[in-house]
Amino acid sequence: MIHSLFLINASGDIFLEKHWKSVVSRSVCDYFFEAQERATEPENVPPVIPTPHHYLISVLRHRIYFVAVIQSEVPPLFVIEFLHRVVDTFQDYFGVCTEAAIKDNVVVVYELLEEMLDNGFPLATESNILKELIKPPTILRTMVNTITGSTNVGEQLPTGQLSVVPWRRTGVKYTNNEAYFDVVEEIDAIIDKSGSTITAEIQGVIDACVKLTGMPDLTLSFMNPRLLDDVSFHPCVRFKRWEAERILSFIPPDGNFRLLSYHVSSQNLVAIPVYVKHNITFREGSSQGRFDLTLGPKQTMGKAVESVLVSSQLPRGVLNANLNPSQGAYTFDPVTKLLTWDVGKINPQKLPNLKGTMNLQAGASKPDENPTINIQFKIQQMAISGLKVNRLDMYGEKYKPFKGIKYMTKAGKFQVRT
Amino acid sequence: CSSSSCVFREVSEEQRCDIVASSTVNSFWMFSSCRHDDLKEMLDSNKDSLKLEAMKRIVAMIARGKNASDLFPAVVKNVACKNIEVKKLVYVYLVRYAEEQQDLALLSISTFQRGLKDPNQLIRASALRVLSSIRVTIIVPIMMLAIKEAASDMSPYVRKTAAHAIPKLYSLDPEQKDQLIEVIEKLLADKTTLVAGSVVMAFEEVCPERIDLIHKNYRKLCNLLIDVEEWGQVVIINMLTRYARTQFLNPNLNDGGSGDKTFYGSDEDEDDDEKENKEKAEAAALAKRKPYVMDPDHRLLLRNTKPLLQSRNAAVVMAVAQLYFHLAPKAEVGVIAKALVRLLRSHSEVQFVVLQNVATMTIRRRGMFEPYLKSFYIRSTDPTLIKILKGNGVLGVTIWCLLLSWQTYIKSMDKDFVAATIQAIGRCATNIGEVRDTCLNGLVQLLSNRDELVVAESVVVIKKLLQMQPEKHSDIIKHMAKLTDNIQVPMARASILWLIGEYCEHVPKIAPDVLRKMAKSFTYEEDIVKLQILNLAAKLYLTNSKQTKLLTQYVLNLAKYDQNYDIRDRARFIRQLIVPTEKSGALSKYAKKLFLALKPAPVLESPFKDRDHFQLGSLSHLLNAKAGGYQELPDWPEAAPDPSVRNVEVKESVRAVGTVTYRDTGALCALQASQKVDGAQVAPAPDASDSEQSRSSSESEESDEGSESEEEKENKNKKKVVKKAVKESERCRISLLPTITPSGTLKSYELLHRITGEGLSVEYCFGRQPFSPDANMVAVQLQFTNNSTSETKNLHMKDVKLQSGMRVKEFPEIELLPAGDTASAVMGIDFCDSTQAANLQLTSTRKFFVSIQPPVGELMRPVFLTENEFKREQGQLMGMNELTEKLILDAKYRNEHAIVQRVTTAAHLSRVPCGSDNECRFAGRTVTSGSLVLVTVATGEEGVAQLTVNCEKMVIGTMLVKDILLALTQ
Repeated sequence: MIHSLFLINASGDIFLEKHWKSVVSRSVCDYFFEAQERATEPENVPPVIPTPHHYLISVLRHRIYFVAVIQSEVPPLFVIEFLHRVVDTFQDYFGVCTEAAIKDNVVVVYELLEEMLDNGFPLATESNILKELIKPPTILRTMVNTITGSTNVGEQLPTGQLSVVPWRRTGVKYTNNEAYFDVVEEIDAIIDKSGSTITAEIQGVIDACVKLTGMPDLTLSFMNPRLLDDVSFHPCVRFKRWEAERILSFIPPDGNFRLLSYHVSSQNLVAIPVYVKHNITFREGSSQGRFDLTLGPKQTMGKAVESVLVSSQLPRGVLNANLNPSQGAYTFDPVTKLLTWDVGKINPQKLPNLKGTMNLQAGASKPDENPTINIQFKIQQMAISGLKVNRLDMYGEKYKPFKGIKYMTKAGKFQVRT
Repeated sequence: CSSSSCVFREVSEEQRCDIVASSTVNSFWMFSSCRHDDLKEMLDSNKDSLKLEAMKRIVAMIARGKNASDLFPAVVKNVACKNIEVKKLVYVYLVRYAEEQQDLALLSISTFQRGLKDPNQLIRASALRVLSSIRVTIIVPIMMLAIKEAASDMSPYVRKTAAHAIPKLYSLDPEQKDQLIEVIEKLLADKTTLVAGSVVMAFEEVCPERIDLIHKNYRKLCNLLIDVEEWGQVVIINMLTRYARTQFLNPNLNDGGSGDKTFYGSDEDEDDDEKENKEKAEAAALAKRKPYVMDPDHRLLLRNTKPLLQSRNAAVVMAVAQLYFHLAPKAEVGVIAKALVRLLRSHSEVQFVVLQNVATMTIRRRGMFEPYLKSFYIRSTDPTLIKILKGNGVLGVTIWCLLLSWQTYIKSMDKDFVAATIQAIGRCATNIGEVRDTCLNGLVQLLSNRDELVVAESVVVIKKLLQMQPEKHSDIIKHMAKLTDNIQVPMARASILWLIGEYCEHVPKIAPDVLRKMAKSFTYEEDIVKLQILNLAAKLYLTNSKQTKLLTQYVLNLAKYDQNYDIRDRARFIRQLIVPTEKSGALSKYAKKLFLALKPAPVLESPFKDRDHFQLGSLSHLLNAKAGGYQELPDWPEAAPDPSVRNVEVKESVRAVGTVTYRDTGALCALQASQKVDGAQVAPAPDASDSEQSRSSSESEESDEGSESEEEKENKNKKKVVKKAVKESERCRISLLPTITPSGTLKSYELLHRITGEGLSVEYCFGRQPFSPDANMVAVQLQFTNNSTSETKNLHMKDVKLQSGMRVKEFPEIELLPAGDTASAVMGIDFCDSTQAANLQLTSTRKFFVSIQPPVGELMRPVFLTENEFKREQGQLMGMNELTEKLILDAKYRNEHAIVQRVTTAAHLSRVPCGSDNECRFAGRTVTSGSLVLVTVATGEEGVAQLTVNCEKMVIGTMLVKDILLALTQ
């Protein structure tokens, strides 16, 4: 299946290679570089590139290309999904997945890759199992290791691989037993010129941080499970009970994991928490354009809209912008023509406003297109879809765990056309 | 092989150094050793920390792609190092360089051979993993032997590793294929989820054509699927798709293909052979006139894969989607759309692949994605690659949405995408008559767009559209003629000129004027434009020679001296053809026919059109070219092959090891959580089936029947009660199979009679599954039935009067048991290896005193021993610890199978492999203290048999002898 893996940074250096079968020369990456050159932007490199003897399947994350070399037929998504899983694992281990982090931990990276694939076929990809095999580096452990010469490799043999619940390591012990769940929802929306919604959908996830002793068996029930008609689960969730009773029943992995992700697409369920009043005009023949933008909250159930950030790609003809924000600060990059305005919190009494003029290149014709406005924001303590967790119960263990649930709404790809 | 392995073992430490010194690689090594002297020194030192440091540096070198092969001798010496991390890094090094330094690599083999015999399964597995990864041809026989041995290892994890090793060996030496197929066949029969994915992967790599190996395992694979790890699921689903295509009938045959119209309208653009196939199939269907009934196995596959559409793994979702697309009846395919649309929210690479597949699907099944159109809307932040594909998706889906939003798309700053959009609009317009005018109007509006590229692209598309019905659109042609003044893009200019030339009769006044203008600018034009000017001139000359004769002459003269020989050539050719001279031959008479022949309108096809003969989701489909190792998706057979090949015969329950499946077949803990009877958890019930649809319930029961083993059938009566409950609570569409082969019949005992319990009756049985919260406890499954007319509340247990040392893990309180309902729970009891009853108090509104007395056979759990281990252990348990009893077996039960079954029913033991035919051996350990229990039944002539029990605990031994004796003679 997967023959080799090459990691390539933004400047085109191969900084790590790993082979699971016979060695494939790194010159195979030349085909990738060719494709990279042809592509105008880094994300436009095709994920699958055929070469005379191999196929290259790549993903781009954190400005690193993970290029897998394939020799024969394999579902491309299989490889892509696996590569993403590799990136997630690195992130999990090192906190960030950057070239520097990978280079600093090259031995751990190599040990991980060795465990994750055997002869090119995925072997252990579950974070809990990997952590039993190879302990993640921490500052403390690195120090202890340098002094005592001990290792990152787990001394005990991993038993998780053998158990009925392969995602949970055995012998988990905590003095404080806690289970936290974060319901995070992102709104994706396209709002048209007149302010009506073209599309709006919610992409939600429930991320969990479970630190419970032993083999707890949890059930999580919702006040309004009907909202969740399009869901995907972590392998620990029992399908059958979900289908029968709309209850999530599972033995959780130890530590952080994504319990489920869901999708609310029906438009009448999606509330739009902010509105934008805009007036962006360019006049034919004039070298100036007007820019006026006001943000305001709506349908937020009384919660504050925070960390608001507005960005917009202005037309190429714009030389600079001379704007005046009523709050926050704005920047305009004359090279990329990107306008960003860090608004902060929206005060419903005094709506934030950005107003001023844009200077156009002299003699250039009026841009055909008004810029699209992207908005980012956060709303704490609210799930915009109205999803609410009813209760969390634990079976199988005797202690009383500490439970917590947090809600948050964020903007995903929230665009306003002007 | 054994002799060769001996050789390797004999290489001692001292000899290794000699070999190093004399090896041929050495000259190179001597030379470059100066560079890595420090590393070598560190590796030779006694300190593990130095070795580790050196290995880390070496691995970092390998990672960077630097050559570290000269360190091979120094590294390989450390293969037996005690430090685990050093060892692991040495393995990494070894696997990387063994191929280059085969002789030296052999030195390490003996270490792995020792590892293969280790009592710890994980060490056995990792030894096999590294051994099989060393690509050295000499050790092929050793590898073969190791794989064969590991394939019958008791640990499923080692068996999994064996399955992984198969393709490695196969790629090293394809000659071994036949032997490897034998191993694969054996592993395919494995009942654990751990092995299933890996062995199917090996099957796909080694012998995908041996579809016959799948028959017997088909149902099992379907049932295990949900609990197999994600990557295995993908491989299994893809394989089963192919399998199903060879074994079942096309479920869509009876619709006569009428609903199966391709997206691009008329049937004409359908592939000819496809059509032929369809006709053939239709004919066949007509001939039979038999209503289609789906094979229950076909249904089983569809039903068991469906929940996986909710997997978090995109590859699994895609695999199920393609399975449904290729196998499901048309009415059911719709379910995959939602899941695929969900994937569009994932990483852009995933989107890329999914959109490609969606594009193919929409060609075949037009309406499938209509409800999800909005998800295909394009965002300004999408990468171009995705935009283009989304465009294809949307436009493939339907035209209506396009008319809503295309204006916005075209304004996009991303030019590649705009071009793709316009082309897609053109495709829609050609293929869907109703919207052609709307599209054309839109495109004409685009002609006044300020962006030249947009205009050019539109012109090209309009040209193609106009060709279909030119007479209606002379005003558009006029409009385009005007554009020649402004438009600079050569392709567009060329298209306009061609249009004017072709339809010069519709624009008789304008055409000569255009030619006049063009003649003026001829020398500055691009080559393709020049060629079209020549064409235009020739056509005009033929239709309207009075006005254009001179112009044509002029253009031809200019062309005569052009730099491009193609143009000179064309000019000469045209002159000869159209200008009549005395020398010109017969051809010039036909000039008009040649130039102004009616040209067929072009067919605008989606670039995804011809891809659908590849299996969706495959690499070959994505690239539209057959990749190496691609297995063709076979056509449906015209008549279904014999379905009985999938029936499974009775199997001996020799192996009691197995994993309990989790997600739907349920684990013990699941049972505790769910107060209701939940599927196969109570007993590994085989026939919990679809109760939602009574129609299919009988069908699936029947399908499961075959895979039940004999004991389970015997179980049936016992499980009647359970089954009823299952029927009630079971809402899921998954049918279940046992993954544990129970080593005997589960016998249930009464705990509380319904009269004493005032309507509440309780039964218990020993589930023989490990009790996960506490390994020292025996799992007791309780089944509560409320026979009274009122509900029972807060049912829980209190321990009273326990013998010293006994412990109980209560089941979680059952809050409510409605009248007539049934619930079950599991509790754990540590009986301290005694058969004393555990006295308990069951409390709800009233208190009941109950006691659970375990048969001695339930106080143990099976262990797996090899024959040698068994003999060794037996040797240590002689004298007082050995009990022997003679007995005479009933004539009917003299065969080995009956003995095995009866002993494993009486006691929870597992069988030990045995060389001799007339001996059966069993082994187990007591649950609390872990003392060994060994049982031997030796049969002699005429049913005389001798039963021997060796056990440290004499009481247990004595009681066990009694019980087994009873079981065997009854």
